[in-house]
Amino acid sequence: MKTTSDLPFLTDTTPSCHRTFKAGTWVNEIDVRDFIQKNYTPYTGDSSFLAGPTDDTRLLWQEVLNLMKEERIKGVLDADTEVVSGVNTHKPGYIDKDLERIVGLQTEKPLKRALMPFGGFRIAKSALESNGYQISEETEKAITGLRKTHNDGVFDAYTPDILKARKSGIVTGLPDAYARGRIIGDYRRAALYGISRLIEDKKEQRSSLETANVSEENVRLREELKEQINALNELQEMAASYGFDISRPAENATEAVQWLYFAYLGAVKEQNGAAMSLGRVSTFLDIYFERDLQEGTLTEAQAQELIDHFVMKLRMVRFMRTPDYNELFSGDPTWVTEAIGGMSLDGRTLVSKTAFRMLQTLHNLGPAPEPNLTILWSDKLPDGFKEFCAETSIRTSSLQYENDDLMRGYWGDDYGIACCVSAMRLGKQMQFFGARANLAKTLLYAINGGRDEISGEQVGPQLAPITGDYLSWDELIPRFEAMNDWLAQVYMNALNIIHYMHDKYYYERLEMALHDRDVMRTMACGIAGLSVVADSLSAVKYADVRIIRDERGLAVNFETTGVFPTFGNNDERVDNIARDLVKNFMGKLAKQPTYRNAIPTQSVLTITSNVVYGLKTGSTPDGRKKGEPFAPGANPMHGRDLNGAVASMMSVAKLPYEYAQDGISYTFSIVPKALGRNEEERLCNLTGLLDTYFGAGGHHINVNVFDRETLLDAMEHPEQYPQLTVRVSGYAVNFNKLTREQQLDVVNRTFHGHN
Amino acid sequence: MENTSGYLHSVESAGTLDGPGVRRVLFLQGCPLNCLYCHNPDARPFRCGQKTDAFTQLEQISRYRDLFIKTGGGVTLSGGEPLSQPAFVKTIFEGCKRMGIHTALDTSGYTGWRADDELLSYTDLVLLDIKHIRSENYESLTGVELRPTLDFAKRLADLGIPIWLRHVLVPGYTDAPEHLAELAAFIATLPNIKRVEILPFHNMGKYKWEQLGLNYRLENTAEPTAECVESARDHFRAHGITVY
Repeated sequence: MKTTSDLPFLTDTTPSCHRTFKAGTWVNEIDVRDFIQKNYTPYTGDSSFLAGPTDDTRLLWQEVLNLMKEERIKGVLDADTEVVSGVNTHKPGYIDKDLERIVGLQTEKPLKRALMPFGGFRIAKSALESNGYQISEETEKAITGLRKTHNDGVFDAYTPDILKARKSGIVTGLPDAYARGRIIGDYRRAALYGISRLIEDKKEQRSSLETANVSEENVRLREELKEQINALNELQEMAASYGFDISRPAENATEAVQWLYFAYLGAVKEQNGAAMSLGRVSTFLDIYFERDLQEGTLTEAQAQELIDHFVMKLRMVRFMRTPDYNELFSGDPTWVTEAIGGMSLDGRTLVSKTAFRMLQTLHNLGPAPEPNLTILWSDKLPDGFKEFCAETSIRTSSLQYENDDLMRGYWGDDYGIACCVSAMRLGKQMQFFGARANLAKTLLYAINGGRDEISGEQVGPQLAPITGDYLSWDELIPRFEAMNDWLAQVYMNALNIIHYMHDKYYYERLEMALHDRDVMRTMACGIAGLSVVADSLSAVKYADVRIIRDERGLAVNFETTGVFPTFGNNDERVDNIARDLVKNFMGKLAKQPTYRNAIPTQSVLTITSNVVYGLKTGSTPDGRKKGEPFAPGANPMHGRDLNGAVASMMSVAKLPYEYAQDGISYTFSIVPKALGRNEEERLCNLTGLLDTYFGAGGHHINVNVFDRETLLDAMEHPEQYPQLTVRVSGYAVNFNKLTREQQLDVVNRTFHGHN
Repeated sequence: MENTSGYLHSVESAGTLDGPGVRRVLFLQGCPLNCLYCHNPDARPFRCGQKTDAFTQLEQISRYRDLFIKTGGGVTLSGGEPLSQPAFVKTIFEGCKRMGIHTALDTSGYTGWRADDELLSYTDLVLLDIKHIRSENYESLTGVELRPTLDFAKRLADLGIPIWLRHVLVPGYTDAPEHLAELAAFIATLPNIKRVEILPFHNMGKYKWEQLGLNYRLENTAEPTAECVESARDHFRAHGITVY
């Protein structure tokens, strides 16, 4: 006997939007995963079904490219100096209304940057000024007179300890003057349920908090839920201004993409978070595509056109940033991260035809850093998909890969990636982004008794410095441990203050409206300089490191004699040191109390801040000189991985994800010739390398395939490489948008296989 | 299987150019030839480099078995001249075969007589570098005689061990059309030739000569043009041989 849940629930009361869908708990509860699992079609074939760009796509993309070219020359195409941006503060904007299948812009004009001052007013103002714009007097008066910003709140609460640590650069990049980001709204909910239903659900959640004793948590959550409802109402109005009624669920593929995009657009109109990631939408959307294809209302060319137009919009997300910010996170990134592929818990692959369509945008529109396309890799992924990924990497260098077989055990089969490497269950989990602490500087503090090797100031606790001429393991390690204890504490205190204030003054109303009532929160800390410290400790253990002090008595240089193993050569002696560093620092973070009882995690990720961190750090015992960049993320130091790509990967793969659940980033660059003699060999070799790296437990890898000469030429003739994309720690950038120092850093990194 | 020791120059953990697939390439230290265009002159001296033993290397190799199988790769012993350390080569290759891993020997063939039939029975592929087909040119180019290399090629043919012939194209030294034609004609007599690789000469080894205080005589030799490389390949294609 069949039960009702076996039937497509076509009854008199079935809304037409749900025709043919298989019912499940998703009908009665907000449960997108259940909808996907009940209705998606795994695809195990190859890429031969894909369609190229339509004429309209070509025309529209050319218009966007023209705008982007103008933007590249001017730096910023246009900026709003008056209207404080919210979900529904701007009139509808278009690129070319007749050609656009998917509509909606952050402001009324393409690439015009919105004014978002609530992360920090001074930053917003100086971002405008540094780009030649002046905030309107009236707006300035209104904001500064009436509103306190996140940045104001944080600095009202910071302690002198934190301020000193921040100034010296032992903690850097803290989201205390800009929006934290790294929260992913479950934008799919807008398409599946429509906004009315979501508002009803939020109202129910709010009444669930009408309890006898109102605790502080309840008060906060009730207020937040009301804010979420307001944001959903605004979202509905914003869509209406474009002529769409998104109060109801999407009826077809076009609407599903449009509804979902509106929800995302609302988020990037309201928040200029450091990373505004998309989630995992491809296979969700595929269900609508499949239905329309079967019903004969959509062709493959039209399906691809929808995805191409959607992705064009994602490539156009912009925020107003200061030069300082760009030094840390260069290349105008927005981290519109879309996670693609992976496996279901029941063993079926989550690869669908729309997973292919999403990758096809890189061929149809050319390479681009955004959206940040992230392949969730599994040994079990269909071969056709693996090959298409490898082919796309080799041609565009625009993909990153993360280990689904590793993460599925932690986060299930409906997680997305925020920013670069941070996995979170969609709609159920968020993180408090915490930038990173500089472990290399901490090592120097341990040697110098807490005094900064550059300023000479006492920043850390005044512990006994090392006074002998040589560094010894037994003397150094206890001091380093103690200094890490202090660092973990001051770092976590800073994060607690930051996130308290962000919730208070720049709460993510819309993104959180697309979450469940009770979410899991992580406090996402991070470390920089891992390979520098691992190699330094290896030098101390296996070679002789003589300290050279300056007139202030500070160790500012080191003379190392003898050979020592370096990280990146699959050598247990030093790889174990690196592994212990990760585990130990995580242990120290886990001891700290956290705001909203967030669960502490950490990442080994630097974005492009490895350059700035290096600049602010003195010479280290591994032989790195003062000011020289660190390696990015978890990478071995430049030129020290001497045994080729596999050995380098194996060292990184040993870093324990268990103690770095916010992600471990590794960037791999190889010249095409070193990957094989011809296309067929390159595809096979690249997929083999990925299988091996992930099989060994590696978490993340960026794959760049190009010649060093190409990069050098692009530095001299940027106009000839408008779309040259390179992957750096955890994201991709347009090479032309990097500063010259960062370009050189990319060029100088280890390229596997000299040509 | 007895452990044996050997001297290593270096290791490439992800080689894709010395045999099929992704390979672990062990460069063995020591070579009896003195090629003018050698790009690893630091690998020539004997009894130096990193002393190691076959079991240690096999343990490392075993970790990448899956990778080798997935990509159709394996282990390549190169150098230097690997057949200067035949016992070491034999143990590693025997171990590889016991693990089902593909083996390739990258050799000049000059010391081919030192590889006994047992060693060759563990060898799946020989990357044979015939540097010149005429004795007098071969000797002035390498400082040793040609005959042992040709003998080794014929022995491999008798044993039915596949060969990828490699030939470095050095303008003014190894690119004369009549010489290439002769080499191709000789190669065409060997039924076990699976592929020919014409490797364009490059000057990237020059700095090593300078570091070692050696006189590098090809300083002013240019890299061959793409047309020159293609026409060299044509000589082999004319015999129906697969050429890269």
